[in-house]
Amino acid sequence: MALVELRNVSKIYRLGGEEIRALDNVSLDIEEGEFISIIGPSGSGKSTLMHILGCLDTPTSGTVCLDGIMIQDASQRELAAIRNRKIGFVFQFFNLLPKLNVLQNVELPMIYSGVSGGERRKRALAALEAVDMVNRARHRPSQLSGGQQQRVAIARALVNNPRILFADEPTGNLDSHTGEAILSLFRKLNEEGRTIVLVTHDPEIAAVTPRRIEIRDGRIASKIDLTLAGLARGSVPASPASPVS
Amino acid sequence: MSSQPKDILIHSSAQFGPTLIAGLREIWAHKFRSLLTMLGIILGVSSLVAMSALVKGMEKGAKEALIAVGGLDKVRVEPQELPVEQRHLQDQAVGITMNDVTVIQNGAPLITKVSPEMRVPVTASANGKTFRTFMCMGVWPVALEMMEHEIEHGRMFNEIDDEMARSVCVIGTATRNELWGSPEEVGKEIIPVGETIYLNGVPFTIIGMFKHYESEQERKTRELQAKQAANSPTNQLAQTGPQRNRGHSHGRGGWAFWIKNATIYMPLNTAYMKFRSGVSLTGFGPRSQPSSTPSGATGDPRLSSLELRIRNFDLLPEALQQVRNLLMSTHKGIEDFTFRTQEEWAEAINTFIRNARLSGSLIAGISLLVGGIGIMNIMLASISERVREIGIRKSVGASNGDIFFQILVESTVIAMLGGFLGLGTSFGLVKLISTISPTDNAPIVTATAMLIAFGFSVCVGILAGLLPALKASRLNPIQALRYE
Ligand SMILES: Nc1ncnc2c1ncn2[C@@H]1O[C@H](COP(=O)(O)OP(=O)(O)OP(=O)(O)O)[C@@H](O)[C@H]1O
Ligand SMILES: [Mg+2]
Repeated sequence: MALVELRNVSKIYRLGGEEIRALDNVSLDIEEGEFISIIGPSGSGKSTLMHILGCLDTPTSGTVCLDGIMIQDASQRELAAIRNRKIGFVFQFFNLLPKLNVLQNVELPMIYSGVSGGERRKRALAALEAVDMVNRARHRPSQLSGGQQQRVAIARALVNNPRILFADEPTGNLDSHTGEAILSLFRKLNEEGRTIVLVTHDPEIAAVTPRRIEIRDGRIASKIDLTLAGLARGSVPASPASPVS
Repeated sequence: MSSQPKDILIHSSAQFGPTLIAGLREIWAHKFRSLLTMLGIILGVSSLVAMSALVKGMEKGAKEALIAVGGLDKVRVEPQELPVEQRHLQDQAVGITMNDVTVIQNGAPLITKVSPEMRVPVTASANGKTFRTFMCMGVWPVALEMMEHEIEHGRMFNEIDDEMARSVCVIGTATRNELWGSPEEVGKEIIPVGETIYLNGVPFTIIGMFKHYESEQERKTRELQAKQAANSPTNQLAQTGPQRNRGHSHGRGGWAFWIKNATIYMPLNTAYMKFRSGVSLTGFGPRSQPSSTPSGATGDPRLSSLELRIRNFDLLPEALQQVRNLLMSTHKGIEDFTFRTQEEWAEAINTFIRNARLSGSLIAGISLLVGGIGIMNIMLASISERVREIGIRKSVGASNGDIFFQILVESTVIAMLGGFLGLGTSFGLVKLISTISPTDNAPIVTATAMLIAFGFSVCVGILAGLLPALKASRLNPIQALRYE
């Protein structure tokens, strides 16, 4: 069983009389330890897909099974718990709380999982260590550069040791050099066994990942799988193969 | 493949400590706004505490005064204008006489003591000064007990003094203060026992003086002032002494004490002989029954009033009925008398206190309500500002309940801080009120009132937080995250 199983998922927004199919009958499996990029033009439904995968949103139809839990059956409280323990999010705009310092931001998810104060600190510092931000623990987000803020956000996403990490345009607000550093951080994390889903509209960034899923108008347009398992399954690139770094 | 246990759905809610800290941080981040928000609560709590303190003070003062005038088991019989249907019998009305005293003593078992009073408004003069008092009266020695008087110096006149109509009297401290000066003015307590005092020009020997009657509050301030005076000997010359408040400007309670201090008692027979009868030497009293000259005759002069003490307060109506029946027969059915009970006064006091409490509570309640609305308003505004924060919190695992709790804690903390500040302010408010309008009933701040007021503020905080908390908890995390 895959870590995430998406079956015939649609997300339909109704605005007045008009129907917007943000996602249209999407099926997708994500295995443990994979590094996947979801690529597509603006408005194609990438973020919508990620929100559904990440239990922030529920599909209009179809089923989502995350780590064996059918999320459309889960209560609001259970979804919060899943987001808290199984999922880490990294956003384009970092989304750190400006009134908290770096350490407190990283501690935030643990407040909702009932980790004691001392343990919270210890784990937050360890997560900051992993992204090389310990020396800025007492700083406010506003005192950090974009790249540094994103590293803190990654530390926060990892601090509860989630099964899967979702990153929506994590380099979208960073210059190419800093973006590069963040990407190599993701790669390192994946090598350590973390499952990562990376949303981007930039093919160059998508090229970093062994598996790429392209969406257009809410549908999966192509799947590229350059992993051994994928190649064995005979997944054929529908578009000209992107260079693998 | 996953082999992890699926027990993570056992969700533990956000801890209280960090939530509280987050709330305090939020309040601190908007110090001025928070303070303004608290203002309604501060006013509500402080006015609630101050109001209850004032009422409590009044209540205590009124009770003390009630005891000073002789308690609830005392009834006063006073002359009264005839009822309309008896007006034509006016010239047959006998008034209250010694005959009534005898009749009640013999025929009303529910009455334990009868004390006749003959009022003689006098101008008292001695030591080159004069003092007018309408509290001068001729009484029997029993009046001492009846009116809860205590002789501190000298003695009360006795029955022999009465029988012989001796020119002796007992005075209170107000008379002493007016004629010889108060201890504060003179620097020492003058005890004019043995001195001669002229009452409407008639010389009397002062044989006793009552103790000084005052409310507890008055005593405390006096003692405090005495202590201060003792501690500052340098300005003793300049100090004509912090004057003992004579109570002219006092409220009801202080007035009762002042009246009592202004009392001058002389034997009943003396009062009659010197001031009423002119020449008649016929004594009157229980021992020399003047029943040979019944009502209406000049031989049985009118009394100003009778004071009766009842065996048991619970039997007040029965006792009054007994006395009424007796008096109706001695007065030949003419209702020229009436009863005055302390109960009326006690009832008036209770009504007044109830009303004061009610209107005070209403004001405090409105303040608290306004405060609550203020909190709700600010919390709603604060949520619109913090949509993004709420979205972020939800994305890292806050449940609706956690967000609800967070907002509720925040509004409750605001209200509680307001409550604390209100309790602090209430002391200032009470001080302010007692300096602006000095009454002899010092406000009494009670722990109960403070607890109740604080409890109300907490309730207001919780109620005011409910709606904003609900609104915040229902925010859709995606929309909240999109919110720029
Ligand atoms: N709340 C909403 N109501 C109506 N339509 C919505 C809503 N959210 C998203 N959409 C629509 O769904 C479609 C997919 O949106 P989505 O945000 O997933 O695109 P995206 O691929 O993430 O784009 P971008 O690269 O610009 O972030 C868009 O057409 C968008 O307008
Ligand atoms: Mg997007």
